[in-house]
Amino acid sequence: MALDSCGMTLDGIDCVVMGTAPDAFDMIHMKGENLIDGAGAWRKPYMRGFVGGGTGVFVVDQGWYHVASGLFDTCLVVAEEKMSSCLPHPQGAFITIWDQFTESPLGPSLLWMFAMEMTRYMHVHGITEREIAMVSVKNKKNAMDHPAAQLPAEITVEDVLNSEVMAWPVKRLDVSPSSDGAVALVLAAEPAAKRITDKPVWIEGVGWCLDTFYIGHRDLYYPRYVEYAARQAYEMAGINEPSKEIDIAEPYDPFDYKELHNAEGLLLCGKGEAPKLLADGVTQRTGRQPWCPSGGALGVGNAIAATGTMKVAELFWQLRGEAGKRQVPGKPRRGVAQAWGDELQVGTVIVVGI
Amino acid sequence: MRNEVGELPGVPLTEKDVLHKKVLSTEWDPKLKWAWDTGIGYGRYLNELKKGRIVGSKCNKCKRVLLPARAFCELCFRQVDEWVHLKDTGTVNTFSIAYTDWVARRIKEPRIPAMIEIDGSGGVAILHLLGAVDPKQVRVGLRVKAVWKPESQREGAITDILHWLPMGEG
Amino acid sequence: MSAEKVTQLSQTKRMFGELSFGPQDVKLYGQYTYGIAGERFFREIKDNGRIMGTRCQKCQLVYLPPRIYCERCFAELKEWVEVEGKGRVHSYTAVHVDLDGNRLNEPILMAIVEFPGIYGGFVHKLGEIEPRDVRIGLKVEVVLKREEEREGSILDIEYFKPGMFD
Repeated sequence: MALDSCGMTLDGIDCVVMGTAPDAFDMIHMKGENLIDGAGAWRKPYMRGFVGGGTGVFVVDQGWYHVASGLFDTCLVVAEEKMSSCLPHPQGAFITIWDQFTESPLGPSLLWMFAMEMTRYMHVHGITEREIAMVSVKNKKNAMDHPAAQLPAEITVEDVLNSEVMAWPVKRLDVSPSSDGAVALVLAAEPAAKRITDKPVWIEGVGWCLDTFYIGHRDLYYPRYVEYAARQAYEMAGINEPSKEIDIAEPYDPFDYKELHNAEGLLLCGKGEAPKLLADGVTQRTGRQPWCPSGGALGVGNAIAATGTMKVAELFWQLRGEAGKRQVPGKPRRGVAQAWGDELQVGTVIVVGI
Repeated sequence: MRNEVGELPGVPLTEKDVLHKKVLSTEWDPKLKWAWDTGIGYGRYLNELKKGRIVGSKCNKCKRVLLPARAFCELCFRQVDEWVHLKDTGTVNTFSIAYTDWVARRIKEPRIPAMIEIDGSGGVAILHLLGAVDPKQVRVGLRVKAVWKPESQREGAITDILHWLPMGEG
Repeated sequence: MSAEKVTQLSQTKRMFGELSFGPQDVKLYGQYTYGIAGERFFREIKDNGRIMGTRCQKCQLVYLPPRIYCERCFAELKEWVEVEGKGRVHSYTAVHVDLDGNRLNEPILMAIVEFPGIYGGFVHKLGEIEPRDVRIGLKVEVVLKREEEREGSILDIEYFKPGMFD
């Protein structure tokens, strides 16, 4: 579909970058190799990058440096995740990611870890579950207009607060689903891009950063590594005031609090201020700076490594004015997408503009 | 050029489709096992747990206490200088009340994982579980103390600490 | 603190793990559906005893196992063709140890089997043949399980045996 949309065939693709997250979901180790043919990379330069949930944006950053280095004119970026193979539940695959000596024996789940981050975020800033629930309401509603959405819904804050507790403070409707999904993008160097389309969307900045593996040495209330990644991307893009110079943001939202947490890391507002922007309607699709107009992971679904790429694709459509019913008004010119993951320790960022 | 996402290929499948064999499938039940060597830092950390003690390591350059104890400082990227014995008391930095287990099954009695800042470490936290605590009493800032397994049952593992209880209530 | 040199595994402290948590707990396992092309491919073997591939007109390739799109040009593949189960050994090996390295009583003969004019083929067992008689280029034909035993798996093919054909 990505190739069709720009009138290209595989013959015009110089290299392929693949994003797919933990091998344990598929129990197919080296699954980058398993996926090479489907990604159109047969006998082409090919690489798979991997930073857990941060992969979706990282893979586009990687595609960018394949092209920006001058090595290739065009790059097909493909990201996928298939979580349905892992039984009894893909959550279990994460038992293999923790520290095998000091964490795994306690039987941790990813939900624990997220929940503890959410608790810390709420505690430090005095934020309530009610304020956070509004993210889920907004994103699931935005997803009503996304043709690939898995969990679009019109729900209320009460619905979120009353949904079953998974790991307090995380409730069923605070969290994105397990998903199967794939996304593809075509990247091209400037001369090639101008041949391919008269409406190119440019990658203006990229950034990525990882914090220490040792979770006890991080303060979970603020994703400092996201800030570092964002600063790298903003500097490249010449952005000084992201809260004013960014028209649309797609922060990573596997949980509702994560949209707020990540948006603060992206410097779209001060620490602890994201709930206020949300409450004031600033981040609605019709607001001054929409966050997750796609519907995000909460609404469209969270096919881990593909989710961030879905967000970049959303910015592509939005900036070209092709987002259909999801179109943000006011001719947006610049957007930022971000993904997050590994052991709550990686931020990957991309700034695109027209 | 095509504008919107067009028709989406793919066939939606439900769990029932697979269970009732409406579609074919194959299964793989991995029988693999692993053995991990602890290395110097974690080896000492786990052996000290067996003795009922929590030990960190210290980097004299950045003055940080590293927990769990490890052989190198990732910040200064140098070998650590000494072991430091810490108390088995601490403060809850954050927590969750988990009603689902590691494969997302519902559980009746919640487990209460917490990041516990160990006294004497300068605020470094370890992941562990709070014990028989009324979930309503748990809060950030709660003072807690480790409850150890009887010495004869300890094996040099993080589970040598059974759980943590609020101080004065254990 | 200085680095300690470890020369034997017995000197190390080791911890053990597998894809489960707790001794009585559930284990993780993988379940895979075959996808659109795979579903039809295995149903054809199971129900009709036929091996089918898909053809790309543009690239003049017949894929085996079949795909729903051409991996060279991304064209959708709708043309299904039957592949006669008669092929040749592309390469082979005699396996004398199991996955854990234990000696097997009888070696298992494994081969890559290719078919004339077909892009792809199978990795599968050889049967009704002694190890010393196997060679590259050997003509082999498919042996399916009896219909009532077939369940829609690659193991519905029992093995390939030496064949007499031109």
